[in-house]
Amino acid sequence: MSNAAVTAATSSRATAAGKSALARLGEAFVSRLVILIPYLWLVFFFLIPFVIVFKISLSQTAIAIPPYTPVLGFGDGLAGFFAQLNELSIDNYTWLTQDALYVNAYVTSVIVAAISTVLTLLVGYPIAYGMARAPAMLRPTLLMLVILPFWTSFLIRVYAWIGILKPEGLLNQLLLATGIISQPLVILNTYTAIFIGIVYSYLPFMVLPLYSALEKMDYSLIEAAKDLGCPPTSAFWKITFPLSLPGVIAGCLLVFIPAVGEFVIPDLLGGSQTLMIGKTLWNEFFANRDWPVSSAVAVILLLLLIVPIMLFQRAQARAQEQDK
Amino acid sequence: MNPTWSRFNITSIVLGFAFLYLPIVLLVVFSFNESKLVTVWGGFSTKWYVSLFHNQGLMDATWVTARVAVISATVATVLGTLAALTLTRYTRFKGRTLFSGMVFAPLVMPEVITGLSLLLLFVAVGLDRGFLTVTLAHITLTMCFVAVVVQSRLITFDRSLEEAAMDLGAPPVKTFFQITLPVIMPAIISGWMLAFTLSLDDLVIASFTSGPGATTLPMKIYSQVRLGVTPEINAACTILIAVVAVGVIIASLANKRREVQRQRDEQAAQRG
Repeated sequence: MSNAAVTAATSSRATAAGKSALARLGEAFVSRLVILIPYLWLVFFFLIPFVIVFKISLSQTAIAIPPYTPVLGFGDGLAGFFAQLNELSIDNYTWLTQDALYVNAYVTSVIVAAISTVLTLLVGYPIAYGMARAPAMLRPTLLMLVILPFWTSFLIRVYAWIGILKPEGLLNQLLLATGIISQPLVILNTYTAIFIGIVYSYLPFMVLPLYSALEKMDYSLIEAAKDLGCPPTSAFWKITFPLSLPGVIAGCLLVFIPAVGEFVIPDLLGGSQTLMIGKTLWNEFFANRDWPVSSAVAVILLLLLIVPIMLFQRAQARAQEQDK
Repeated sequence: MNPTWSRFNITSIVLGFAFLYLPIVLLVVFSFNESKLVTVWGGFSTKWYVSLFHNQGLMDATWVTARVAVISATVATVLGTLAALTLTRYTRFKGRTLFSGMVFAPLVMPEVITGLSLLLLFVAVGLDRGFLTVTLAHITLTMCFVAVVVQSRLITFDRSLEEAAMDLGAPPVKTFFQITLPVIMPAIISGWMLAFTLSLDDLVIASFTSGPGATTLPMKIYSQVRLGVTPEINAACTILIAVVAVGVIIASLANKRREVQRQRDEQAAQRG
């Protein structure tokens, strides 16, 4: 039964029970409040800030507090508003497209995030698959074990890798001691370290949607394929993988989108040699104190991510429909 | 019927979990290292924990972080639960698509964007950066996570329970507090804990939105990490991990006890 039908059914029953008009009015008021409180909160703290970011990205840098020239206020009436409209400029955006540093940072971020997403999928799929085929008794424990690292600090988990990847770190010590390598590997402060950091930090985000897709799968399909003489590998590509596709899509989006704008991992593991847009924005803001340019960087980053974000939202909504 | 759990499956799980847990285990082990070098073992010692408690800056930051996390998680749980109710119960109202977009987008939004945009909002409305602004920022971020957790429980909620209560004459608000809330309580509790740890953990948004006097623990740890890896940071991280681990264990034990109690009640009801 749809939600609307349930509501209609319950409310008609309530009326039949002899409810006063006043009580009904109170009920409508409460349900209005349930919607309005979180709605207004998100409009004020999530939506309006983006409008402000966009607005400031069009203003000029100034040596003042706050460090930008104010634009588009209604303080001087409508005439003042139109006068200010002329002061808006797309200088910051022109600046971003002309400076190779920014263009490179965007392109590198997208490539690094895409490679990391594929790597996370390759690492996460066998784990999720193994979990989904584990004895039913073990599954809740395995699920708990995947979620548990998520509860420990992100910063700490990234920090832990510094000690492992350093030239004199634990990985090199191990490899040198076992004689696999004779020279310490340089991993820290390279893109390899960023890949490791992203795969490690985002692995639970990949495994969980994959697991929930794979767990729902009907394994008698595989048995049927096997009975009909289909080799396991092609059974996997023809049956298992297509059926797990919603999980693959959700997992990849959950990793890719935040990874593009990631700051902590490239900063701590990538060092100064690597270039990513989250770090660029951070430096623009904290080191150069250039708020308008960092706003412009954020606006373009958001535009880059708007399609993946909308895909993610649609995937979420569809999953929700299916659960009903 | 579940077919074989092959050797390949077991191997990939074992390797996967080793990958997930080994770095954390190493971090904890080396917090007890006598040597100042983080990666060379020099014998067991708890001296870094002692020096940690004499580090006033770190202690202050811990206190700020704990207060921000408790307040923001609590407010976020209320707001997130309301948002979850809105998403599951009210399928038709103006701007519903926008609303669900605003709930889901922060989950994946790069933190640098959220942090910057919130900071610019606080500057625009003339709010001084500090304890309050960090808390408001964390509420906004974590309420969306709470909403998703609670929503997934509400979707599978058997609404005939509510209908039964209302048939018996309970008003909707009373029905909510006596029927719906107890049933979705485990989800609300895990939502609170998720919000709490996210707030405890956040570096980027806190760096943008906090001001003088409101340095949080991740900000403190970050500034020390930039100067180099020391066993003292390992010790601080180990304590954080221990606090969270104890919290998770208590919550899951409480959950289990409630579950057992519920089964006992059901059996009693059937016998009665």
